[in-house]
Amino acid sequence: MSKKSEYIIERENKQYEVIIGLEVHAQVTSESKLFSQSSTKFGAEPNTQVSLVDAAFPGMLPVINEFCVEQAIKTGIGLKAKINKKSVFDRKNYFYADLPQGYQISQYKYPIVGEGKVILDMPSGQKEIGIERLHLEQDAGKSIHDIDPNNTLVDLNRSGVALMEIVSKPDLRSPDEVNVYIKKLRSIMRYLGTCDGNMQEGSLRADVNVSVRLKGETEFGTRCEIKNVNSIKFMQMAIISEANRQIDLLEEGKEIDQETRLFDTKRNETRSMRSKEDAHDYRYFPDPDLLPLEISQDLIEKIKSDIPELPDEKKKRFIDKFNLSPYEATILVSDIETSNFFEEVIKNSDVKLATNWITGELFAVLNEKNLEISQSPVSAKNLSKLINLIKDGTISGKIAKTVFEQMIDGDQDPLIIVKEKGLKQESDPKAIEVLINKVIENNSDKVAEYKSGKDKLFGFFVGQAMKESKGKGNPQLINKILKEKLNG
Amino acid sequence: MSDITSQSLFELTSNIKEKKLSSEEITKAFINRAEKSKKLNVYVTENFEKAIDQSKKFDSNPNLDFKLPGIPIAVKDLFCTNGVRTTAGSKILNNFVPTYESTVTQNLWSQGAILLGKLNCDEFAMGSSNETSFFGNVQNPVRENLVPGGSSGGSSAAVAANLTPVTIGTDTGGSIRQPASFTGTVGLKPTYGSCSRYGIVAFASSLDQAGPMTKNVKDCSMLLEVISSFDRKDSTSIDYKRNNYSKELSKDIKGKKIGIPKEYRVDNMPIEIEQLWKNGIAYAKDCGAEIIDISLPHTNYALPTYYIVAPAEASSNLARYDGVKYGFRSPGQNLIEMYEKTRSEGFGDEVKRRIMIGTYVLSSGYYDAYYLKAQKVRQLIKKDFDDAFSKVDAILTPSTPSSAFKIGEKTNDPVSMYLNDIFTVPINLAGLPGISIPAGKDKNNYPLGLQVIGKPFDEQNILNISYALEDKINFKNDISDWWLSE
Repeated sequence: MSKKSEYIIERENKQYEVIIGLEVHAQVTSESKLFSQSSTKFGAEPNTQVSLVDAAFPGMLPVINEFCVEQAIKTGIGLKAKINKKSVFDRKNYFYADLPQGYQISQYKYPIVGEGKVILDMPSGQKEIGIERLHLEQDAGKSIHDIDPNNTLVDLNRSGVALMEIVSKPDLRSPDEVNVYIKKLRSIMRYLGTCDGNMQEGSLRADVNVSVRLKGETEFGTRCEIKNVNSIKFMQMAIISEANRQIDLLEEGKEIDQETRLFDTKRNETRSMRSKEDAHDYRYFPDPDLLPLEISQDLIEKIKSDIPELPDEKKKRFIDKFNLSPYEATILVSDIETSNFFEEVIKNSDVKLATNWITGELFAVLNEKNLEISQSPVSAKNLSKLINLIKDGTISGKIAKTVFEQMIDGDQDPLIIVKEKGLKQESDPKAIEVLINKVIENNSDKVAEYKSGKDKLFGFFVGQAMKESKGKGNPQLINKILKEKLNG
Repeated sequence: MSDITSQSLFELTSNIKEKKLSSEEITKAFINRAEKSKKLNVYVTENFEKAIDQSKKFDSNPNLDFKLPGIPIAVKDLFCTNGVRTTAGSKILNNFVPTYESTVTQNLWSQGAILLGKLNCDEFAMGSSNETSFFGNVQNPVRENLVPGGSSGGSSAAVAANLTPVTIGTDTGGSIRQPASFTGTVGLKPTYGSCSRYGIVAFASSLDQAGPMTKNVKDCSMLLEVISSFDRKDSTSIDYKRNNYSKELSKDIKGKKIGIPKEYRVDNMPIEIEQLWKNGIAYAKDCGAEIIDISLPHTNYALPTYYIVAPAEASSNLARYDGVKYGFRSPGQNLIEMYEKTRSEGFGDEVKRRIMIGTYVLSSGYYDAYYLKAQKVRQLIKKDFDDAFSKVDAILTPSTPSSAFKIGEKTNDPVSMYLNDIFTVPINLAGLPGISIPAGKDKNNYPLGLQVIGKPFDEQNILNISYALEDKINFKNDISDWWLSE
């Protein structure tokens, strides 16, 4: 990594480096919960998606949802990670009102997925972030403290929903890398269909581990864990604020306590939740209601064969096959919907023009209207038609922009717009010659100046001819004929 | 025809099939006797009115193909029964009425049986004398002020006192076999994974098994046939071909190799038990079985291992009883106070003792020394049996180290209480099937049992051996109906 992209916090000639590790909790895309058949649909009325198992009634037993297991394996493959053929579900014991069993079923010593990696495309180049592990666990319910003045209300709809906890190695070094890492993780899981990555609905959240050290130091400093941060922006704010807090302590000659902290988004600061001494003793032990999870090589192979092309591979293909720049390719593959849109457009049209139009005009419109590409006001089909009109010389690039503006309104067909508005480019040499003759006649004085050596006037004649054609004249043709006439 | 309530399941079923008795007559006979037997305190919840309705319904259109046609059965109050209160013998579930049915009880009703009521047991099945129940102790019908064993004490007493033709209990460390032994009845703990745990209030998940408790071995085989089934709702349920146990029941055990483990000759074992065991060996020889001395070297460690593993699992299994969702709640100023009050008032002493032991052995810093080590020893105990079963077909031991004791005699001495399970817990730790059959009496005329232990899924074999021994032993329970009131 080049010097200029390093993230360093400076204090009185001292340079501090920030070390970050993330524990991302990603909700598994699945119709039903990890150990019960209740629905996982978001936004239902409280306590309407709760089975006897989810509410931990006496004698109720968990039964593993095999689809969730396959989703975790798929994600593991997407993270280029080792799939553990044998893993174990453990009970993490603690009391809370929204934890009906009095324990969370999780994986402790033996997770389903082992070490893997994620490649980040940073402006300064690629960086590899190590994945420590991925394990499956149940989500808890939700405690609601602000509806009833005297009681806490509990909604168990989320209770038992399958989560993947993806633990990174402490390889991240800046808020920017965290941004790119989360987006990349999200992108991979969306390609795979294993997590929708919807942060507003809580499908993706993270615990952020932060420590600092003097630049050049090789030992890690004492870390603090910031719990349950639910947006990239908050993660970045929390990291900056926490790193500075830790540096302030060190600068004052104080020690950093290893502790769990919460990020207060309103005050933009972290505050202590519990110290190491107060840490829960979760009394993990293997859940005797569940047998160890055994995964056959056949299943792994079957899932592998179903893995779609992932962002890194797709990027390589776009560069190799379509001659895109790494920058263009990165943008186009970042989201599976975007890359699908791109590939749809180029089925029938020019790649270079398609790249420019999607990353230029289309992205501008999406940004302005705050839309996802899946909600694009212009379909891939009509965009490819527009590109073909440019390519075959029917309209100029300039006219195309006018046409595009109209297409946005209800995904109109560019062929019809061009026809109805008479925007077709004039490419008949005879017609062009007629209007050039007219320009030469009307500007005999300028012609004389040009002929006496004022070459710069050529642009003036092009402009006049374009004006005469009401913008529809084929620019190449105008250039060609003008040159013949003026120099001949 | 003998008195209805003293008939075996086999006799009652035959009489129904031959239309000599109606379901209503049988049901009313058991209810009538129960009304006069309150002193035994076997019932936590009676279901008598509904049972009579159901018996009439059965009689109006009897399906005689059922294996339990119109047979009224009371069950241990650890099985969740749809619409009928299920307490697990605890105050904390005093008001709990499930909206679902355990798989094992559903198997009973699906074969035509009728629920008579819910039988008393030690709180959350933790106990060996039925004295830890919130609903009071149960009297052993053998003699007044004698414990019926535990935790399925209400069940063993009900069978021995002719208050139900048969019943089902649960066995985590001996809770079926020890009370069977104390009451002169038959009790079988099946192979772990044979009977579904779905809908049974959990004590220690890796050890809990439901099983039949009956007057004789034939009834036991009939009931096992009904309750044992593969169940997808229990991930530890095992999918294997179950025998037609009653049809395949046979006294022919000629050539069977029966192991006698030397480690079961414990110090201070009463001479009567030593004699009982010798008699059992002699009977087995009479039947043509071959007796082989074997060793189960880790037997000594079974009890301490059990009293680490079972409380550890229990401490976690019982966390759900927190006053938040169902059952008893004692209000508090905040969540923690509500938890503390609810669990302090809702659980009895023995349950609290085991929750504390379990919490301790799972704690950070102690886990490796206790829980992990216990799991390792458990594997050694299992291996002992695997090795033994490479030489023998079954193992014969006493069921308990003593006969039934007096109510109150051991309540203040938990360790001596735990010692009751010394011959039964290794079988749970190894996940094996074991059956206790009445085999004799001590000097006070209290019943004593012998235990036959089998290979995994080999219930048929231990039933057959028991069937043959039962015939030789010819045990007669000496019960005087001392408790009956008018």
